[in-house]
Amino acid sequence: MSPLLKTKDLRIEFRNDDGIWAEALCGVDLSLDPGEVLGIVGESGSGKSIAMMALLQLLPRGARVSGSARFKGQELIGMPPARIRQLRGKSIGCVFQDPLSAFNSVLRIGDQIAEAITLHDRSMSKRDALKEAERLFELVAIPQPAKRIRQYPHEFSGGMRQRAMIAMALANRPELLIADEPTTALDVTVQAQILDLLRDLRKDLGIGMVLITHDLGVVAGIADKIAVMYGGRIVERGTTDDVFYHTAHPYSAGLIGAVPSLDGTGKLQQIDGTPPSIFNRPSGCSFHPRCSQVEEICRMQTPELESVGETDCACHLPLVTRDAKVAE
Amino acid sequence: MADISAPVAAPARRSGGFRRTFRKLPVTAIIGAAILLFWIFTVLTVQFWPMAEPLDMVGRRLQPPSAEHWLGTDALGRDVFSRTMHGAVWSIPIAILVVACAVAIGSLLGAISGFFGGWTDGIIMRLVDVTVAFPPILLAMAVAAMLGPGLTNASIAMVIVWWPIYARLMRAQVLEVKEREHVEAAIAGGASPLRVLRVHVLPLCWTPTLINATMDFGQVVLLAASLSFIGLGAKPPSPEWGSMISEGATRFYDWWIAFGPGMAILTVVLATSFLGDGLRDLFDRRSQ
Repeated sequence: MSPLLKTKDLRIEFRNDDGIWAEALCGVDLSLDPGEVLGIVGESGSGKSIAMMALLQLLPRGARVSGSARFKGQELIGMPPARIRQLRGKSIGCVFQDPLSAFNSVLRIGDQIAEAITLHDRSMSKRDALKEAERLFELVAIPQPAKRIRQYPHEFSGGMRQRAMIAMALANRPELLIADEPTTALDVTVQAQILDLLRDLRKDLGIGMVLITHDLGVVAGIADKIAVMYGGRIVERGTTDDVFYHTAHPYSAGLIGAVPSLDGTGKLQQIDGTPPSIFNRPSGCSFHPRCSQVEEICRMQTPELESVGETDCACHLPLVTRDAKVAE
Repeated sequence: MADISAPVAAPARRSGGFRRTFRKLPVTAIIGAAILLFWIFTVLTVQFWPMAEPLDMVGRRLQPPSAEHWLGTDALGRDVFSRTMHGAVWSIPIAILVVACAVAIGSLLGAISGFFGGWTDGIIMRLVDVTVAFPPILLAMAVAAMLGPGLTNASIAMVIVWWPIYARLMRAQVLEVKEREHVEAAIAGGASPLRVLRVHVLPLCWTPTLINATMDFGQVVLLAASLSFIGLGAKPPSPEWGSMISEGATRFYDWWIAFGPGMAILTVVLATSFLGDGLRDLFDRRSQ
C-alpha cells in the first residue's frame, strides 16, 4: 500500500533578528498509511506543530523548508500556491487547538462551514451547503443541528465549538486530518468526548489522522503509531504499544513517567529543565543536559534514529540495551 | 420545532442586545447624537421652514437680534438665522462626502498595504508619510488654491489631506487581525488571499475607522469652513458657515453676523466629538 503521507528529511529553518539561521526541524522522516492514526508527541518547541504546518505551507514568511513531503505521491514542499490551495481543506483538513479563535467571530458557524464547502465545490449552492453543514453537525453529534448552524461562535460551548471545528475540517471528506492539540483547550471530560468522536470518525470514515499533542494519555487510546519529538528531531518512533511497553529513549520514558496513574501510587516523575531554544542547541544529543543517563558520548555526537529493540530510537544508550546489559 | 422557533428567537435577542448596548452609551454621546440628528433633520427640511430666504435682503442692514430676525441681519440685510440654517445644507453633506471618500480610499489602500506587505506596503506607506508630513490646513490650502476656489475643489483637497489617517488606521488593524488564528484556519481551509481579506479580515477591522470617522466629521466641517473663510471654498453669496464668519470678521462690532455660523460649527464639532468618545468607550475594549 502506498503511504498517504511520507516525509523524508524534512527540515525547517528560521532566521532571528541578527540574521542567523537556525534549524527548528532537523530532518524528520514520517510515514502514514491511509486510515492510520499517527500521534506526534513532544513538549512545546519540539517542532511538532511546525512540521505539520510546513506540509500545508502555513509557516510564516521567511521560514526555509527543505526535504521532501509527499501526500499520495505529490510533493508538497515547493508546490505552487494555487495547487496547495486546492489541497487545503479539501484533501487535508485541519483542526486547531483553540476552537474559539479558530472561528471568525462575526459570521454564523453554519455559514463558515458552508463557505468551506462551496470553496472547493463551486457547483454546490449555498442552500445545499448549509444542508450539508447540518448533516456534518449530526455526524459530530451536535444536538439540534438546524438551530445550531444559525448561531455565532460565542454561542457555542468549548466542546461544541471543537465539534464544529471538526465538522468544518471534515466538510470536504478529506483523506488526511491534521489535529493540532485538539483537546488541549478543553476540560478533561470534554477531552474524552472529543477523543471518542475522533475515534468513531476514524472507524466510520477511514480517514488518516495526524494527532499532535503534548499529552501521552491523548494518543495512547487512539493512535496506531507514535513519534516522540525533541529539539526538532524524532527521538523515538514505533507502534503505540511498543513505545509504551518497550520504551527505548530516556525522554519517552520520562514523558511516560510524568503521566499520573489511576492507582495513585508512586511519586509522579518529572523531567528537569526546559527544552532548548533553537538558536542555542546543546552539542551532541540535544536532550543530554536534561538526561539522567548522560554519558560522555552524548555530549559529543548526535545520535541517529535507528532500530533498537522494538522501536526506532535516537539514543547512544537506549534503555532496552541498557536493561539487557544489566541483565548480563 | 427547532426550525420554526429559531428564526423568531434570533431577531428578538438581537434587538434586546442593541437596546442594552444603546443604554450603555454615556449621556454626552446621546446629546451628541441628538445634535447631529437635529442638523441632519435641518439639512433635509430647511427649505420648507417658514422663514426668509437666505439670499433675500429682507430687513435693514446690520440689525442686532430681534424677535423678527432671531440672529439679526448682515451687511446686506439678509436674515442671519435663515442663512445659518441653510448653511447646513452646504456643510453637512460635504462633510459626509469627504469623510466617506477618505474612508473608502484610505481603508482600501491601508487594507492592501497591511495584508500584502512587502513593496506594496512600502510604496503606500511612503505616500502616506509624504502626505502627513505637511500640516493639514496648509496642504489643503495649497491643493485648493492649485485647483481653483470652489466647494468641489475644496472637497477634493480635503479628501487628499484626510485619506492617509484612514490608511494608517486600517493597516494597523489589518496587521493585527491577520495574525489571528481564524485567518490561519481559513487559509488552511483553502481560501484564496483576496477571499481571506474580504471575508475574514476586513469585517473585523471597522471599529477604529468608525470611531475616527465620527470624530473627524466635525473636523471636516471645521476645515471646510476654514477654507471658505480664506476664500478657497464656497463663493460669497452662498450661505456657507466659513464664508459667513469671514464676512462677520470684517465687522467685528456687529458680533451677531459671525455668532450664528460660529455656534453652528461649534455644535457640530462638539457633537461628533462627544459621539465619537461614546462609541469608543462602547467598542474599544482597551479603553475600558
